[in-house]
Amino acid sequence: MNASTMQTTADAIPVIIAPLPSQIKASTVRMPDPKSKNIKLQDLIFRAVTRTFAFLVLAVLLAIIGSLIYGSLPAMRKFGIGFLASAEWNPVTEQFGALVPIVGTLATSAIALLIGIPVSFGIALFLTELSPPWLKRPLGTAIELLAAIPSIIYGMWGLFVLAPLFADHVQPWLIKTLGAVPLAGALFKGPPQGIGVLTAGFVLSIMVIPFIASVMRDVFDVVPPVLKESAYGLGCTTWEVVWNIVLPYTKVGVIGGIMLGLGRALGETMAVTFLIGNAHQLTMSILAPGNSIASALANEFTEAVGDLYTSSLIELGLILFVITFIVLAFAKLLLLQLAKSEGRRT
Amino acid sequence: MSHRYSRRLFVNRFNLVMSLVTMAFGLAFLAWILWTLFQAGFHALSVDLFTKMTPPPGSNGGLLNAIAGSLLMAAMGTVIGTPIGILAGIYLAEYGRRGWLAPVTRFINDILLSAPSIVIGLFIYEVYVFRAGHFSAWAGSLALALIVIPVVIRTTENMLKLVPDSLREAAAALGTPQWKMILMVTLRAVKAGIVTGVLLAVARISGETAPLLFTALNNQFWTSNLDSPMANLPVVIFQFAMSPYNDWQQLAWAGALLITLAVLILNVLARTVFRQPITR
Repeated sequence: MNASTMQTTADAIPVIIAPLPSQIKASTVRMPDPKSKNIKLQDLIFRAVTRTFAFLVLAVLLAIIGSLIYGSLPAMRKFGIGFLASAEWNPVTEQFGALVPIVGTLATSAIALLIGIPVSFGIALFLTELSPPWLKRPLGTAIELLAAIPSIIYGMWGLFVLAPLFADHVQPWLIKTLGAVPLAGALFKGPPQGIGVLTAGFVLSIMVIPFIASVMRDVFDVVPPVLKESAYGLGCTTWEVVWNIVLPYTKVGVIGGIMLGLGRALGETMAVTFLIGNAHQLTMSILAPGNSIASALANEFTEAVGDLYTSSLIELGLILFVITFIVLAFAKLLLLQLAKSEGRRT
Repeated sequence: MSHRYSRRLFVNRFNLVMSLVTMAFGLAFLAWILWTLFQAGFHALSVDLFTKMTPPPGSNGGLLNAIAGSLLMAAMGTVIGTPIGILAGIYLAEYGRRGWLAPVTRFINDILLSAPSIVIGLFIYEVYVFRAGHFSAWAGSLALALIVIPVVIRTTENMLKLVPDSLREAAAALGTPQWKMILMVTLRAVKAGIVTGVLLAVARISGETAPLLFTALNNQFWTSNLDSPMANLPVVIFQFAMSPYNDWQQLAWAGALLITLAVLILNVLARTVFRQPITR
């Protein structure tokens, strides 16, 4: 009975495979409406408007790069390529070099990744393999909230809560134990001041964890269950499945996530400004105060007098933008590649 | 053999415990930061906070001008950035199936999404503040709008891509012009998702400090003139927290608590009330 009615309806209504709207050419659609020309025009206008705003994104990028280059021309003319290698930063004699902020930016980001990567991996592992299903969502949200807390709050908390703790407990201990190690000990020399490259890097690591962890969690989740099940079937432990199956399978995405975190760490401003100590000095010790590109900008830009000073700071901004652009583009390409191969596999 | 087996079990157990420890590490810092904020910020909360202007050191005051400035600039940034973001997002999702512009824009947009916000501040300084000759609330709003745009583009596109093509085909079959189909059918179908995106964008700019440093700067007094420097919570917090004065630091804690509460509430609201999958 049921089957026969279905048969009749199927007979009555011929199946039409409609083309996608984007494939419909305006000329093939016969519009009964006498105002169809009008409609075509409206469509054209609407498309042009949305297209203009899409162009605007590209225009903004070009304008940012253009204005930064324009603004840093005086400094480029004066210091040339030596700007990158000079550690001098003297507003009085108007001698500027980018080495100290560049080293500070790289050092804090390196510390952030050194702590952030294993912790993010552990969190992603917990969220995908260990957590009971009902806890996954709240725990995932809690970790993502770490990314929502504004940078300035991290800075304040770091300055008033973490830095004293580092000065009183963590750093003296580091100096006593690791400072005695030959060679590597040079990294842990000097008085325990609390603020410095290490503290800034540590707070940065907490800030990049949610970004790296959420990418890792997302890519871990797309591993086909059948792969994991066959490994379990062979008698692998959970850790062996994660280390030998999940991680190799998602390698590209994991690196993409780490790059994304690095991009965030490099450009992070306020937290580092509070904690790094803003000292233009080059030392081996990560306990000593230093400076990063973003914090130099935040501290000095509004107070900079003279074209050359301002221009040197803008050139710092240009360097920062170029570095983060490359890192983020690399991250994006890796993640795109993963998405593409994912499409092929399924 | 059994020695090897117990070793494997031990490695497994050890690493899984470490995984639990890292999870606890992450949650502990979230709890610790929130705890510090509540402890330090709560007793600094008072009626004065919402009724008085930022004081010179050593006298009584509140954060009224900073709160108002922050609200105003966040609102303006959202109002300017949201339509631009939605329209560009529509292009990417609805017209972007062919051609070079959509993939390139998508790529650049994702980079701008994570680009350092201090560079946005530098950019607006270069093209606006420097030429106008003074800091202003307009410049601050523009800088915030530039941060809103990529967030809204991303969510709008992601949401529109979730709309099944059959919905578009149904509208097209009725003879609906494409612009009407987009605005009345697809966009309407993902309204909640786009509101979520806007909320997240507002949450993001409410705490942004770096782009405001070189644009809106700060102002100790009340102003409703958009063409003059304007006080705003993040910059006031930065200035007050870095100062040696105890009463300023107290106000900074109160401001920090206010901002964090606002940001967290917006985030939780976006995630629960408008519960739709968000991808970044």
